[in-house]
Amino acid sequence: MTRLAVRDLAVARGGLRAVEQLSFALAAGQALILRGPNGIGKTTVLRTLAGLQPAVAGTIEAAPESLAYAGHADGLKPALSVAENLRFWSRVFDGPEIGAALERMNLRDLATRPAHALSAGQKRRLGLARLLVTGRPVWLLDEPTVSLDSASVALFAGVLRDHLAQGGAALIATHIDLGLPEAEILDLAPYRARPGQRDQRPAGFNEAFA
Amino acid sequence: MSIWEYANPVKFMRTSGAALPFVVAGAALCTVVGLVWGFLTPLDYKQGSTVKIIFLHVPAALMAINIWLMMLVASLIWLIRRHHVSALAAKAAAPVGAVMTLIALMTGAIWGQPMWGTWWEWDPRLTSFLVLFLFYLGYMALWGAVEDADSAADLTGVLCLVGSVFAILSRYAVNFWNQGLHQGASLSLAPGERMSAVYRYPLYLTMLGFFLLFLALLLIRTRTEIRRRRLAALLARENRR
Amino acid sequence: MKSLLIRDLRLATRAGGGFGLALAFFLIVCTLVPFGVGPEGGQLARIAPGILWVGALLACLLSLDRIFALDFEDGSLDLLATAPLPLEGAVAVKALAHWLTTGLPLVLFAPLLGVLLHLPGPAYPWLLASLLLGTPALSMLGAFGAAVTVGLRRGGLLLSLLVLPLYVPTLIFGAEAVRRGASGADPVTPLVFLAAITLAVLALVPFASAAALRVNLR
Repeated sequence: MTRLAVRDLAVARGGLRAVEQLSFALAAGQALILRGPNGIGKTTVLRTLAGLQPAVAGTIEAAPESLAYAGHADGLKPALSVAENLRFWSRVFDGPEIGAALERMNLRDLATRPAHALSAGQKRRLGLARLLVTGRPVWLLDEPTVSLDSASVALFAGVLRDHLAQGGAALIATHIDLGLPEAEILDLAPYRARPGQRDQRPAGFNEAFA
Repeated sequence: MSIWEYANPVKFMRTSGAALPFVVAGAALCTVVGLVWGFLTPLDYKQGSTVKIIFLHVPAALMAINIWLMMLVASLIWLIRRHHVSALAAKAAAPVGAVMTLIALMTGAIWGQPMWGTWWEWDPRLTSFLVLFLFYLGYMALWGAVEDADSAADLTGVLCLVGSVFAILSRYAVNFWNQGLHQGASLSLAPGERMSAVYRYPLYLTMLGFFLLFLALLLIRTRTEIRRRRLAALLARENRR
Repeated sequence: MKSLLIRDLRLATRAGGGFGLALAFFLIVCTLVPFGVGPEGGQLARIAPGILWVGALLACLLSLDRIFALDFEDGSLDLLATAPLPLEGAVAVKALAHWLTTGLPLVLFAPLLGVLLHLPGPAYPWLLASLLLGTPALSMLGAFGAAVTVGLRRGGLLLSLLVLPLYVPTLIFGAEAVRRGASGADPVTPLVFLAAITLAVLALVPFASAAALRVNLR
């Protein structure tokens, strides 16, 4: 079963096409790792897929409300406790209860601690636990392992593997080896946008006037 | 051939460049002739020589409102059809509109002093022009504050829409709040209230002159904006490499 | 939606939420005005409706930038935008939370300050009614201004410049109702206009705010 199908996608950053003619499909149980040099547009691709910005061209097919996005920021409120933060996202996304997610990301002992008292790695774990309470099958992850130690990376790889085994899918922008040998790699370098085709609809001011 | 072809920057630059000398000449001719003609009109039996400020005051006030209306239309075209020149034209028009509002307010004050015995009165018309001026300021400040051109165009477009509704709302609210001293419409169509032809014809001419002046400034400023965007686009492309 | 409201209320009332700041500001404004215009009771009574309304409006302005700025910085807004609840709904809920934590306390606090400013007795019910009807529009319009300026570094000052002209009709009708109440005239007409503006604002402005937020998120 295909969870996410992308055809001829073009995305723009700063009013210029960054990536174009990108096509791929993500099946249930599959993980795809986005690679490419800095600034090529990995984050832009993920944000476009998540619906945070419009695609310049192409189609994105996915079941409605099946995508969960996790960016650089974790969306945590320092004044709320770990459990309160997580419970909020569980309610907003109408997802499962938070107990299992706390357990899986090894946050059970920290449940009552306010988020401002967490270390960077603990915050990241909480941010990733949020994915579990969204109840959504396709994860769009932007550098998920930033500030995680090797034990936590392994922990997260385990969570990811379980998610895939249950029919989920993931698209991950990362430079670190996650320990997921089965994951395929999608290199964005060949899809780098080439300027100068005048017949296209401009992606923004910077294309309309160049 | 459709009107939307002028949304293409290259086409716009070519056409506006060709039209600009004529618009400038027309604006100069109409404004100068209209103002001199207006200056030579006989004195009003009630208002004396002060009536002559009408030839600056009314055209400026008229343009102040109509420029905002033009910005609203241009913003709608941008928001709906995504024509970049349209957004830039709205941006280019704003300072002209703000200055027209300021001229209307200042000539109004100069006229109001001898007529009403005060420089400023919280009259509905005066007050709503002041509010309109604030809207112009906010609009221009937003254009200046947002760095990304696409976001700036979208945000100012939405602001123009919301602002238009509230400008109209404020106009009626201040009416409710204070009945005012200002005379009714200067160009009322009702017989009897109509101003004498002696004043009317030079006034029409200055109104045409101010309109052409706005058009000339709009074209010049839009062309500047287009060139500026082109420069930014080339830099962005260079930096991407 | 309910959970978002509860979270925003909880954040506002916990330490560092800035709860009560608006009230203190309101108090200070109403204390400073007599220093400026003189302590004469009759004069204060005459301008009290205006001072109370302008003071409430400025106090409301103080906390507007917090409506979206914090959520924007910590990434919550990205996540909310991808959540099942429509962004228009999220905007409306956040404006409601702002009103509950800022507008409503100001409304309840205003009669007390009315005493300081010698507000005539018959005006009190109208003061409460007009603020109660008008302040929701202030919060909603403020949320629009906050949505437009959320991505900007120096957004606070610009926010005031954008929002204050939008407050003009609400201020006119609100203060007029109190003034009429104070002088014994019939204040129902301005109150009806005030309510009409508030209802229209609540119905339409969330769409404009959500559109502005989407622009700022991309």
